[in-house]
Amino acid sequence: MSAADVPLPDPGEREITYVAAFIEAVKLEMAADPDVFIAGEDVGAHGGVFHTFDGVQTQFGERRAVDTPISEQAIIGLGIGAAVTGLRPIVDLMFMDFVLVAADQIANQAAKLKYMFGGQAKLPLTITTVGGAGLSAAAQHSQSLEALFCHIPGIKVVFPSNPYDVKGLMAASVREDNPVLFVLHKRMLGQRGAVPVERYEIPLGQARISRPGSDVTLVSWGKTAADSLVAAEQLAGEGIDVEVVDLRTLSPLDIGTVVESVRRTNRVVVAHEAVRFGGFGAEVAAQIQEEAFDYLDAPVGRVAAPFSPVPFTPALETRYVPDPARIAAGVRAAVARPLLGR
Amino acid sequence: MDGEQVGQQALRLHIPDTERGPGAEPPEVRFISAAGEMRRPELDEPVERIALMRKQMVRVLDDDGAATGPWDPQLTADQLRTGLRDMMLVRAFDARLLQAHRQGKISFYMQCLGEEAIACAHKRALHPADMHFPTYRQQGLLIAGGYPIVQMMNQVLSNEADPLKGRQLPIMYSSKEYGFFTISGNLATQYVQGVGWAMASALSGDTRIASAWIGEGATAESDFHAALLFASTYRAPVILNIVNNQWAISTPEDFARGASATFADRGFGYSIPALRVDGNDYLAVYAATRWAAARARGNLGPTLVEWVTLRRGAHSTSDDPSVYRPAGEASHFPLGDPIANLQRHLVTLGQWDDDRHAALSNELDAEVAAAFAEADAHGSVKSGHTADPRTMFDDVYAELPRHLREQRDQVGR
Ligand SMILES: Cc1ncc(C[n+]2csc(CCOP(=O)(O)OP(=O)(O)O)c2C)c(N)n1
Repeated sequence: MSAADVPLPDPGEREITYVAAFIEAVKLEMAADPDVFIAGEDVGAHGGVFHTFDGVQTQFGERRAVDTPISEQAIIGLGIGAAVTGLRPIVDLMFMDFVLVAADQIANQAAKLKYMFGGQAKLPLTITTVGGAGLSAAAQHSQSLEALFCHIPGIKVVFPSNPYDVKGLMAASVREDNPVLFVLHKRMLGQRGAVPVERYEIPLGQARISRPGSDVTLVSWGKTAADSLVAAEQLAGEGIDVEVVDLRTLSPLDIGTVVESVRRTNRVVVAHEAVRFGGFGAEVAAQIQEEAFDYLDAPVGRVAAPFSPVPFTPALETRYVPDPARIAAGVRAAVARPLLGR
Repeated sequence: MDGEQVGQQALRLHIPDTERGPGAEPPEVRFISAAGEMRRPELDEPVERIALMRKQMVRVLDDDGAATGPWDPQLTADQLRTGLRDMMLVRAFDARLLQAHRQGKISFYMQCLGEEAIACAHKRALHPADMHFPTYRQQGLLIAGGYPIVQMMNQVLSNEADPLKGRQLPIMYSSKEYGFFTISGNLATQYVQGVGWAMASALSGDTRIASAWIGEGATAESDFHAALLFASTYRAPVILNIVNNQWAISTPEDFARGASATFADRGFGYSIPALRVDGNDYLAVYAATRWAAARARGNLGPTLVEWVTLRRGAHSTSDDPSVYRPAGEASHFPLGDPIANLQRHLVTLGQWDDDRHAALSNELDAEVAAAFAEADAHGSVKSGHTADPRTMFDDVYAELPRHLREQRDQVGR
């Protein structure tokens, strides 16, 4: 399948929020397959502190929408144990920062079990969590930690930027036979967008060109991909035609779509919310120079957060999190770079 | 049934029977002793014998407001009035900051309504230099310890005088000087750290002890269990507090308790003496704290304490408890309210009356209002009077490394 084959919402489709699209996907998978269940802190009677599971327990009961004690390690362990029996658990970790509490279960266990079982095990496990900054939630409730898990073979990492992708990627994640870390962005939850009523899947590992353009490629994911579209509109007013590539899945990475775009535009910037140093942008940049070095008219640019924990107070946090203005500045810098030695 | 037949039976998962929501019955509080009923064990009493008291409760104040039994800490009337004042100040402080949240001056707050006695009496019963490893509901440790409330407000407002420079969530105070370890946003981590601090205090021949805090819900975390083991193995001079306020956001206490009868039960498996205490009885909290502290100071090792209380309010200002909480839970709660309980005792002793109570209440409201006005004058999170963005890079490391200096200079431009 190429990026062009990915289904798109029809014009005039109803609009729902990012979080509603997620809930819809969860409910459709649960309705279609009795092996799918959810478990996590406050996901049952409460519907999740981010309302990501609103109404799931009402519809499917306490046995398929399981409130758990507060132990992230045991929640992932429950998911692993259930997945190897053949069930398709969706286990929730509330704030993305808590993936680190369960890091051993995720990185050393879930990601490696199939390999260590000599292939005998299958782990159709979906780990859901809400990441990102911008809501004044401070250093331990605002992180974007996706790069850590992209570094681990055996697990897939998904970070959608809009309601349509949320629904299709979540359906695909639940049907996936490998563990998936599915990240929602807490500032996107109320964003509305066109979403088909029926079930559909967006295959994992397929990026999407969310805005075609000819001057420069802008690669991002999650909320930054949405902000990149805003930045691209600003830049269009300045005569810079930006092509935005929304990765959607970080691992496996669809570098083909990125490289194909860069070969046309010859300039590229990677933008993400996580800290720049050691961020996933570095991997994307490295692969671009490996596969498209001869096409580049400027070094691969990066826009990302500075190297400090996420501060609480808005006056600091707004300086910390990359926004459309900073993304646009990064793109301008890449475009402004003169062609030397050619 | 023999084993063969058992093997044929379909397995069935037990899910805790949790009726929730406004229509549900308020949950029962189990195993409540009468005031004065529970024995006061010797400090070095064998843990097996103390474990027999796991379904009892240390209570000193009876329904008429009289102090009774072996746990009565025999506080003076002045000490009692100080305790009442501490608790009322905490409550007035919480009320003012909740109001500030409604006014849009702060973005987040967590109150401890109904739980004031635990932190307030505990702090007064220990030495000022002992170190606490609190959760977000022990503001009483700072207030009863004499930490300036205006500083707390500066932190919550995240203004230009915020001692934590705009970095921490509101209410996540820290004060080394006042024995208040920084609060973690991730639950339970402070329990292992508190045990570690206590081990180090013993290792270096110091006299200070540690007091580690956790909510009953967070005892499900592995850190809780590992902390108990370390404390047990090294007989660390630490008090291990579990505040059982019946709720962990939307989840009732039985999820974290499992099939055990009480949270005090957690002690025995680690050979740690454990007490179950009425957390709404200032005298019981004071006496139990002194007992646990005497054990720690006497190199007798850790003590686990389950403080039984009720989270009367929402989990936080981000929470809407109406979807999961039974109606009328506070009025149904059998241990009453900590401030009313102590007030009744002082009145019974002839050391307090309604007029003095009203006067104190007004005085504290005025004190809180004045402090808030002072803090508010330094700006708030909403007015933008906050730390210089360049400070974002301070304290990431002990020194400012070159690459952070460069980033800071860019922000400055
Ligand atoms: C590691 C971790 N997991 C989950 C959370 C989210 N969370 C914050 S408070 C809370 C409930 C804690 O309940 P309890 O320990 O009983 O304390 P209480 O709030 O009742 O005082 C939860 C689940 C967190 N902050 N950290």
